[in-house]
Amino acid sequence: MGKTLFEKVWDAHVVAQDEGAPAVLYIDAHLIHEVTSPQAFAMLRERGLKVRRPDKTFATMDHAIPTRSVDIELWPSDAATQVRTLRQNCKDFGITLWDIDGPVQGIVHVVGPEMGVTQPGMTIVCGDSHTSTHGAFGALAFGIGTSEVGHVLATQCLLQKKPKTMAITVDGELGKGVTAKDIILAIIAKNGAGGGAGYVFEYRGSAIRKLSMANRMTICNMSIEGGARAGMIAPDETTFEYIKGRPYAPKGEEWERAVAYWRTLATDEDAVFDRELKLDASELQPMVTYGTNPGQGVPITGRIPYPEELEDPAERRSLISALEYMGLKPGQPMEGQPVDIVFIGSCTNSRIEDLREAAAIVKGKKIADHVWGIVVPGSKSVKAQAEAEGLDRIFIEAGFEWRGAGCSMCLAMNEDKAGAGKYVASTSNRNFQGRQGPGARSLLMSPIMAAAAAVKGRVVDVREMLN
Amino acid sequence: MQPFTTLTSTAAPLRMENVDTDQIIPAQYLTAVTKEGMGKGLFSWIRYNPDGTPKPDFVLNKPEYQGAQILIAGRNFGSGSSREHAVWALTDYGFRCVISPGFADIFYNNSLKNGLLPIVLPEEVVNLLWDLVEEEPETLLHIDLRSQTVTLPDGQQHSFAIDPFRKLCLLEGVDDLGYLLSKEEAIAAYEARPRWT
Repeated sequence: MGKTLFEKVWDAHVVAQDEGAPAVLYIDAHLIHEVTSPQAFAMLRERGLKVRRPDKTFATMDHAIPTRSVDIELWPSDAATQVRTLRQNCKDFGITLWDIDGPVQGIVHVVGPEMGVTQPGMTIVCGDSHTSTHGAFGALAFGIGTSEVGHVLATQCLLQKKPKTMAITVDGELGKGVTAKDIILAIIAKNGAGGGAGYVFEYRGSAIRKLSMANRMTICNMSIEGGARAGMIAPDETTFEYIKGRPYAPKGEEWERAVAYWRTLATDEDAVFDRELKLDASELQPMVTYGTNPGQGVPITGRIPYPEELEDPAERRSLISALEYMGLKPGQPMEGQPVDIVFIGSCTNSRIEDLREAAAIVKGKKIADHVWGIVVPGSKSVKAQAEAEGLDRIFIEAGFEWRGAGCSMCLAMNEDKAGAGKYVASTSNRNFQGRQGPGARSLLMSPIMAAAAAVKGRVVDVREMLN
Repeated sequence: MQPFTTLTSTAAPLRMENVDTDQIIPAQYLTAVTKEGMGKGLFSWIRYNPDGTPKPDFVLNKPEYQGAQILIAGRNFGSGSSREHAVWALTDYGFRCVISPGFADIFYNNSLKNGLLPIVLPEEVVNLLWDLVEEEPETLLHIDLRSQTVTLPDGQQHSFAIDPFRKLCLLEGVDDLGYLLSKEEAIAAYEARPRWT
């Protein structure tokens, strides 16, 4: 029997497998950031251990840092301690740091691929659940806790139980104004926020193959919102084209060997998945969430369900408490819902392609008077590229704030917080209670839908603004 | 890591599904560079009013559930962010076990690394336990990891599954690191293999 993409990558990384024990899995690239690494380094020091492979460990700052230009040393925040701690740890253990003061910094899941660190067939981990993003390259990439960060620093390995596999096939042609974000929001709405627990997703089908790397990253990024620790897409010419020439990409003869190997990774014809889910791309519409878990989403032309329509008492309870928090009513259409804040950014949707698409919607227009809009590029490189293309001017002239790179209002660890009760049209990945600020109400959507909401001051069907 | 063998305790019913790790410990508590004292931030949005006073209706603020070392929660507990701070907050508060119909993968793993026992029981059993401890908060549940059972005062017993390796680690209070370090030779041999073959 053939193997799936996941099985090929998994099998190639098993260092040891004792009877009755989880596999010892080798990790090819370990990304770290300021928030989930300090306690892991403290553990290394406590036990007198070194970082086994500093050459396979890459650090940046993204979660807690400010996105306005400030001097970190003078910045009155506990997070400044985390930044200083990361600098010290990287210095002491010889780890490459993409510092906020340097040219490369950004959201870890934007910078890793940009630098060519992310490659097909690799195992990649980070103390961040959105590490699933890197699966877009055909890597097995997943989030880990701080204890595991310590294990990887010390041994370059993790003890892992083999997950099950689930194929998610998306065939057909996407309609105008329907994006990768809508594909993944539709998948999660269908399969549930916990539906992928214990599985690794593989996204396949003609609609996936046509997507750019940025779009594939958007989809794999939100695998975790569907409950799966990892999501993967088989590498192809689009993948190789993206990687070629990046700083950490293989070069010359090595490149040829690497690509030849990468071509062998796709799932075999006769491989079997533990579960399968199919979607028809042509039936999808722009999506928007109404609730407090990412599975609570509807097409823009749809309406919020009534609790009595749900058979499962737990789902019903979830819906009632979500609507109470969100200040929304059963049966209400999402189209027309006013928004107070528009956030364009996060590891889901802050790449240059996302910014280009959003800018095309707001170009020559103004955002609604009552809307506070911020655009936060995913990395310094995305920011520089956007500025070279004049996208910053388009956003600023429309009334948006144009910020520095970071996680920002996706998780509200820095000062970029939405106020209590405010509705945020957000391109990020989580609509949890308080995620974007205590009491804030998140409506997840694509960059073009968020841009359209900014202009109109309410949730609208972006397709009406496209020619 | 504190070993886990048996536990006899009252239990706090958290009748909520999809409790994500942002609810368990909000981002404002993640600026620490140590693990200590996270318990004060546990469930802080649903536990406290904006002015910092406790919300009397929240289960952990009710006098009858003080000292409970078992939390009984709805499905998909611990979803979202990988922050291990969520587990540190639960253990620092005093919990040693969480019972749920299902956990998010990363949270489940993080729990095992900190001596917090995550027990998966069928939804109908969780519903029964909720009813029981809501009606009689003084109910003592007895958890025996060796026999993988949860026993009620009337003798009713529910078995749970756990990976045998993880069970052994919890019983002995050892983490993965010692085991991984013992594989040094195999790791070095793996690293010597050529790439892209």
